[in-house]
Amino acid sequence: MATAHAAHDDHHHGEPTGWRRYVYSTNHKDIGTMYLWFSIMAGVIGGFLSVMMRMELQEPGIQIFHGLAQMVYGVSPENAVDNGKHMFNAFVSAHGLIMVFFMIMPAVIGGFGNWFVPLMIGAPDMAFPRMNNISFWLLIPAFGLLLISMFVGGPAGMHGAGTGWTVYAPLSTTGHPGPAVDFAILSLHIAGASSILGAINFITTIFNMRAPGMTLHKMPLFVWSVLVTVFLLLLSLPVLAGAITMLLTDRNFGTSFFEASQGGDPILFQHLFWFFGHPEVYILVLPGFGIISHIVSTFSKKPVFGYLGMAYAMVAIGVVGFIVWAHHMYTVGMDADTQAYFVAATMIIAVPTGVKIFSWIATMWGGSIEFRAPMVWAIGFIFLFTVGGVTGVVLANAGIDRSLHDTYYVVAHFHYTMSLGATFAIFAGWYYWFPKIFGYMYSETIAKLHFWVTFIGVNLVFFPQHFLGLAGMPRRYIDYPEVYAQWNYVSSIGSYISAFGVLIFLFGVISAFSKKVKAADNPWGEGATTLEWTLSSPPPFHQFSTLPVIK
Amino acid sequence: MMTKSWGRALVAMLAMMLAPVSALAAAGIAVDGQIGFQDAVTPVAEYIHWFHNILLVIITVIVVFVLGLLLYVMWRFNAKANPVPSKTTHHALLEVAWTVIPIIILVVIAIPSLRLLYLQRDIPVADMTIKAIGNPGWNWTYQYPDLGIENDEPKVSFIQNLLPEDQAKAKNVPYLLAADVPMVVPVNKTVKMIITSDPAGIIHAWTIPSFGMKIDAVPGRLNEDWFKATREGVYYGQCSELCGKNHAFMPIEVWVVDDAKFKAWSDFVLTGPDDAALQDFLKTIMPAQPMMASN
Repeated sequence: MATAHAAHDDHHHGEPTGWRRYVYSTNHKDIGTMYLWFSIMAGVIGGFLSVMMRMELQEPGIQIFHGLAQMVYGVSPENAVDNGKHMFNAFVSAHGLIMVFFMIMPAVIGGFGNWFVPLMIGAPDMAFPRMNNISFWLLIPAFGLLLISMFVGGPAGMHGAGTGWTVYAPLSTTGHPGPAVDFAILSLHIAGASSILGAINFITTIFNMRAPGMTLHKMPLFVWSVLVTVFLLLLSLPVLAGAITMLLTDRNFGTSFFEASQGGDPILFQHLFWFFGHPEVYILVLPGFGIISHIVSTFSKKPVFGYLGMAYAMVAIGVVGFIVWAHHMYTVGMDADTQAYFVAATMIIAVPTGVKIFSWIATMWGGSIEFRAPMVWAIGFIFLFTVGGVTGVVLANAGIDRSLHDTYYVVAHFHYTMSLGATFAIFAGWYYWFPKIFGYMYSETIAKLHFWVTFIGVNLVFFPQHFLGLAGMPRRYIDYPEVYAQWNYVSSIGSYISAFGVLIFLFGVISAFSKKVKAADNPWGEGATTLEWTLSSPPPFHQFSTLPVIK
Repeated sequence: MMTKSWGRALVAMLAMMLAPVSALAAAGIAVDGQIGFQDAVTPVAEYIHWFHNILLVIITVIVVFVLGLLLYVMWRFNAKANPVPSKTTHHALLEVAWTVIPIIILVVIAIPSLRLLYLQRDIPVADMTIKAIGNPGWNWTYQYPDLGIENDEPKVSFIQNLLPEDQAKAKNVPYLLAADVPMVVPVNKTVKMIITSDPAGIIHAWTIPSFGMKIDAVPGRLNEDWFKATREGVYYGQCSELCGKNHAFMPIEVWVVDDAKFKAWSDFVLTGPDDAALQDFLKTIMPAQPMMASN
């Protein structure tokens, strides 16, 4: 897309070293790296919670959580089963919140966004480097508060917030008198502040710091995807902040926004939550769309097909994403006309999503495709996201959602878009940019093994969950009738295989750092045309002292 | 794009794939290993099944089409087969096609979708009304205002609890689905459900999969929904909105019986029987347990 003369700038003006380099960091690359390590750490914790849940659900009956409750919380044996039931709900909630706010978002926006938005637009750094620092460091107390919330009082005599990531009132108000939900709310406040600051930073950077000649319509698609994403963040997170502040005052200061017995309305919370929550799911996956575009183009050795259509499809998804929120609430008793509107609006999203899927395939069409690890992950993403997308079209229909709402079909659907969609995009991006970020090559064999084990594992986890949902199994259940045993067993086996995949991933990282195979500045050849490949691997501490000029 | 015979062959193939689904299903309860819906026993549920079967064909065709394209480009345009990449980045007709064709498909989907929605949400004139209340103690209260009101309270009002595991085993009914007492309704009658939750409680959701109905029980709100069960039997559901530690232990059990049995039941419960007498009486009107539809 553009050529630039890389500015290898070697004069050292007091580069910080040791802990100062990271704690005081104002360098977008160092901050991006910290985001990536943070995301891996949070992903391992969130993944551990999910494996515990799948172990519990491997067979009917309560298998492990009464024991876990005794071990972790030290409850007496006679209270163990009740505490275990609640503990399972707390695991469900923490798994969701961690994966959304502390795994996917830090990886795609904080990690890859910080690293590659400035590099791709030819900027020396982010617009507000110190604000970038606080965006990252706010995440640490936010995550800490969420972890603490799992160990303090929830409902009387129990620990943790068992509210789901949706924190619906009144379960999160009168249903949880202890401080656990307060900790979770404050965690979300801080994580939200972190994201809003990050969003402001990205918007300013992208609008003001593009290299000479890089118009918006020449901007790489990953930058487009981050631009749309941060606008969604900026517009939706304040609504969440407002909603959970109302929750906080309902809980502690005697207000009754959501308290029916005092004239409040629990459904109001759901509207506010999903006005944030629906854009949030696009926040999670849009940067992945950008990553996939670059990888598909690089390894097909072709420019992206339908560049403008791709960019504006993301804009369209972002805009329409704000007007479909109540499709999460078809069963709350909304009148038919309102539901009809949300059905129609929701189905529209399938159109720009289809444009993206077909444009990726068209990019590959006529290409000269090399099946390097990032490409393999990207192709996996395209297929799995299609599967998750079409079940979304099914669920968009309020009439059918009547049967599927709050069943495992929904769990299968959103994990195909998130766990098999967004996460596959993250791994694709990880292998694609690993040589650039760290200056070492990863092992192609381990990366592909990681792909296949994960691909088989996650499909085994989530495909049978469609069957469970159709057969009527509700979600967020610690125990289920024996009639759902078979597919739950398969799903649990898949979970163990996926967990093994995570170990392969970690092994691959360690192996790459111990072998230290030096990566070329551009290991991918002619197909990799964006500006980051014109720099050394890893790039210099400060880049583009002389701005590249885009033709 | 696709010839008629091809289209027909495809539908036949998908129908074959779906065949085991309908064989392995029952009304009122799931069958282990089943991959589709529980059998439909209301007009709404039948519509849902019909519509879902169409959608399943559409989405399967789309997924197979995308997978086919992916496999084709991987085979045809890999670096060995096609060493020199083309530089094509635009094809106006193609881009219009993959925008317009999905829109047409969605419009086609929207028509039955909205019909189904209005079938569900335009509540017909009901033959009887039942009020269900989700309680903070993870059980349901059922009230039958049609059977008489006394001092502003319905004469027939009872609580439905989980049947504990040992008792479920003893009675040979499914644990976590079976309740201690059923909600009883007559067959082929339009029943309007008024659903709410205890004002001091939390949100639950009332559902019977075979009825194709699910509606939240929200404190401070009266939601309404309806069903018309066309087959006698025992139908199970489970609470479908996260409601705390016993969310998975809040079953719903509905008996659909003939008019004579319903009359006998309502006469009997109006006498205010004790639990033991009620359980003895229920044995006399109990419908057959859910059975495999193919048997």
